Amino acid sequence: MELGILHFLIVSAALFTIGVVGIFVNRKNVIVILMALELILLSVNLNLVAFSVFTGTIQGQIFAMLVLTVAAAEAAVGLAILVVYFRNRRDISVENVDLMKG
Amino acid sequence: MALIAFGLIAAIVILSAMFVIVARNPVHSVLWLILAFFSSAGLLVLIGAEFLAMLLIVVYVGAVAVLFLFVVMMLDVDFVELKQGTLRYWPFALLVGLIFLGELALVWAASDQLTFDTFNPSPGAATNAEAIGAVMYTQYLLLFQLAGVILLVAMIGAIVLTLRHRPHVKRQDVGKQTSRRRGDAIELKDPTPGQGI
Repeated sequence: MELGILHFLIVSAALFTIGVVGIFVNRKNVIVILMALELILLSVNLNLVAFSVFTGTIQGQIFAMLVLTVAAAEAAVGLAILVVYFRNRRDISVENVDLMKG
Repeated sequence: MALIAFGLIAAIVILSAMFVIVARNPVHSVLWLILAFFSSAGLLVLIGAEFLAMLLIVVYVGAVAVLFLFVVMMLDVDFVELKQGTLRYWPFALLVGLIFLGELALVWAASDQLTFDTFNPSPGAATNAEAIGAVMYTQYLLLFQLAGVILLVAMIGAIVLTLRHRPHVKRQDVGKQTSRRRGDAIELKDPTPGQGI
């Protein structure tokens, strides 16, 4: 049995599922939610690159680079929001975020 | 041989991803996340996508993970309290996860065309980086520039969000500094001896 695309799809499906479960499990802790999001984006990237390589087209790798860029930007802005939120509330519990609810 | 290496690295990726979400201490979570990214880069090297693998290490391990580590260590959060009561989320989370996994498995089972025999990590060029560069700066130049704009916007956004002016901290005022003249700053007096000013 040779290394095929199915192997990559299995790994990235497992990663994606772990990321989704992580979001639900750590509902209080925004930092771990952001990390789970990074895991999901990583699985997407793995899928894109695997399809790109196994079909002999380069476009998937270009797109993976763009996803990487957006993931980095998202992490930066998310963590900045987190820092500001912590400054105002002295905790990072997501359950208290509904401050602006009338 | 490649399959054995793949199995080993994939096991590390999945195990470390699991530890990311179950670790008690977020610092440990970040360290497991770094391991997951690092081993994923290994997976990409296995199929010849070296450039993306290096990018993964540089961007994720070098920038994003360090950013996470920085924030986790900077915020003085009671993580034990945050962890309490998370046990009741597990059944629902596992249900959602199983649904996702089941749907993906359904897709595999339904498709009989998942065998691609055109394996080529760098089409039309000698190396992977060359193949990416050949289209990145020509065909996808606009996307490349837009990615830069996205990074710029994210950078400005993060700075604007976290910038604050505290009232009792002295700050440099360049205009005030440069508009200061000799006449405003120095006053010449000629006191007579024994009398003071």
